[in-house]
Amino acid sequence: MTRLMMPVALSVVLAFPAAAQDLRAPSEFESIADPSERSAAIFEEMGKVLTHPRCLNCHPKGDSPTQGDDMHPHMPPVVRGAADFGAPGMTCNTCHGPENYETVGVGGIESVPGHEPWSLAPVEMAWTDMSLGEICAQLKDPERNGDRTMDEIHDHMANDGLVGWGWDPGEGRTPAPGSQQLFGQLTRAWIDTGAACPG
Amino acid sequence: MTISFTVNGQDRSVDVDPDTPLLWVLRDELRLTGTKFGCGIAQCGACTVYLNGMTRRSCVTPISMVEGSDVTTIEGLSGPEAEAVQAAWTAIDVPQCGYCQSGQVMSATALLQQNGAPTDEDIDNAMAGNICRCATYVRIRQAIHDAAKTLEG
Repeated sequence: MTRLMMPVALSVVLAFPAAAQDLRAPSEFESIADPSERSAAIFEEMGKVLTHPRCLNCHPKGDSPTQGDDMHPHMPPVVRGAADFGAPGMTCNTCHGPENYETVGVGGIESVPGHEPWSLAPVEMAWTDMSLGEICAQLKDPERNGDRTMDEIHDHMANDGLVGWGWDPGEGRTPAPGSQQLFGQLTRAWIDTGAACPG
Repeated sequence: MTISFTVNGQDRSVDVDPDTPLLWVLRDELRLTGTKFGCGIAQCGACTVYLNGMTRRSCVTPISMVEGSDVTTIEGLSGPEAEAVQAAWTAIDVPQCGYCQSGQVMSATALLQQNGAPTDEDIDNAMAGNICRCATYVRIRQAIHDAAKTLEG
């Protein structure tokens, strides 16, 4: 096939890989004697994942996601929609399939990310522009965490497939630090030490 | 690898690499060339088809994902919304060069199938992923409104 390129200014921004971050294991916090201080410190470690672009891009406080390691506005422009799944006529699955797919075109997008399901986090679970302490409080609030118990929060962090996509984001994207297994262990340790929040 | 699915209501099977984009299969294997290649990265909307009734950019759809599914292309688009869109498009001569128009019509029809009386904002939200290098956006929006009015009865 002749690969015609439309002579239009496609606003495609190259993703800049963020510096790789390691994620420390819960055992590395055992030297902190005070359980509450240890818990808050563990949550700060979890924050390396929670505030990573792979998570924040789809936990926006507004009606549109961001994308890329530089968190630029999603292109094409898309909106949250009534079900956090886009607008009628252009829902998320118009482009996002059940798994990552390497593109055949040119223009700086090496792959279109995908997972089943694929959607924005509900607006009450927005994390952008929030401090770690605010995100921590939100995670513990059933009104803003999807009515989850703390065990269910752990299960979400440790086992949810879309959360796990953050460590397998496809070509052209920096994975979240560490692994989902380690993130789950940190979440468990945070809960078991009292689920304290950073100040 | 043999992949079986329906295209415009007809059973089809193709023997291609499972990573082959659906767009390649439609154009090169099945010779349905109404669906266009624009960018190959899901940024322009020229390759829009329906997969099980929902809009889908065929350039970023591996054929392995299509197994057992129903695909509708511009050649097979039908129904009252499609007819209203086609009539409205013709009435005010929406296309200029026309390259993007099959994708525009697929998205516009999908919008009207779900929302019979879209506002300007609804139209913008649904059509934002369909780029027109001739900038026929004003006529596209007008034609969608016109089509919606004819569907009202």
